Amino acid sequence: MTATTSEPGLRPVQKSRYKRRSKGRGNFEMWSWVFMRGSGVLLLFLVFGHLFVNLMLGQGIHAIDFAFVAGKWSNPFWQVWDMLMLWLAELHGFNGVRTIINDYTEKDSTRWVLKTLLVVSALVVLVLGTLVIFTFDPCVDPGSTLSQCK
Amino acid sequence: MTATVEENTEAKPGAVPTFEVTLRIERYNPEVDDAPHFEDYRVTVHGTDRVLDALHQIKWDQDGSLSFRRSCAHGVCGSDAMRINGKNRLACKTLVKDVNPGKPITVEPIKGLPVEKDLIVDMEPFFQAYRDVMPFLVTTGNEPTRERLQSQEDRERFDDTTKCILCAACTTSCPVFWNDGQYFGPQAIVGAHRFIFDSRDDGAAQRLEILNDKEGVWRCRTTFNCTDACPRGIQVTKAIQEVKRALLTNKF
Repeated sequence: MTATTSEPGLRPVQKSRYKRRSKGRGNFEMWSWVFMRGSGVLLLFLVFGHLFVNLMLGQGIHAIDFAFVAGKWSNPFWQVWDMLMLWLAELHGFNGVRTIINDYTEKDSTRWVLKTLLVVSALVVLVLGTLVIFTFDPCVDPGSTLSQCK
Repeated sequence: MTATVEENTEAKPGAVPTFEVTLRIERYNPEVDDAPHFEDYRVTVHGTDRVLDALHQIKWDQDGSLSFRRSCAHGVCGSDAMRINGKNRLACKTLVKDVNPGKPITVEPIKGLPVEKDLIVDMEPFFQAYRDVMPFLVTTGNEPTRERLQSQEDRERFDDTTKCILCAACTTSCPVFWNDGQYFGPQAIVGAHRFIFDSRDDGAAQRLEILNDKEGVWRCRTTFNCTDACPRGIQVTKAIQEVKRALLTNKF
């Protein structure tokens, strides 16, 4: 597809902006490219597996309540599954947005601000999510009537 | 899209029909103008005329100050790449009748490089990226006393990328290049591809390392703008992906 936008206001530009600033050592961009492909394929399996188990098996969507989630997270298998999904999806999304920021921002300062926000938000989601998956206690309420708490 | 042919065609059998067309050209004279602006020119062209012929007519008969590059005028030198109706093409390979002449035809300089005047841009950043990938034969060992022979299959391997004429239509159609001009651009990768996959060349590892840069092949988003734009029909995006694959197979 050929884009047809025209922004004459952007021209003329200083020659200096074409001077490549990166000193290209290391394979970071290559690994990030490989990670996107790998995590994408894994996520297809994890996400559709998650959807199938939650929405199709048994009573389907009607089974989802606090007890259902509590039951799932008392099983190490689903803890690992959900953590993999959380980390892969968050890093996949993080890397995608990082690429978009690189592609669309023109000033280094904007780039820096947006990337800082991105890193902070990704850290919050990862730390909080991991914490919840592994420290989740369905019986924190003493009057709980869940089967796991008896 | 067919041309709006005038009625006087039956006058002489075999005569080429002519029609009127408006060219909307982006003009910029750095000594006078603050910003580029469009100007309309009305010309009568033949059905066989190219956009370049229409530009010539304007320059020679209407406004001598119109500036654009062209050398061979036959699609080989790569001087007259420009944005015609929003798409990068060679003015000398584009027939006026093929670009919707019923409406004004917009002609702009190629995008992403500094405009010097009218349709002329500073090609230096583009050529610098090409130089950076070392577009010359790199060999090791003793010079052979005769030609460096190559099988037909080995020659076939990089045949597509030998066709490049450095017109910059691909690089200046790339949205990643438009943004900050840091990306090497499709053309430099095509230029590197031509040697990386040449069996006579020994510099592939060096070139791959250069294109493994943050601004190298990994910035390609496979939008296929470059393949669409190439007036030589080079599968540019495919060449870029082949370089990516070569980098990966080298590392694993």
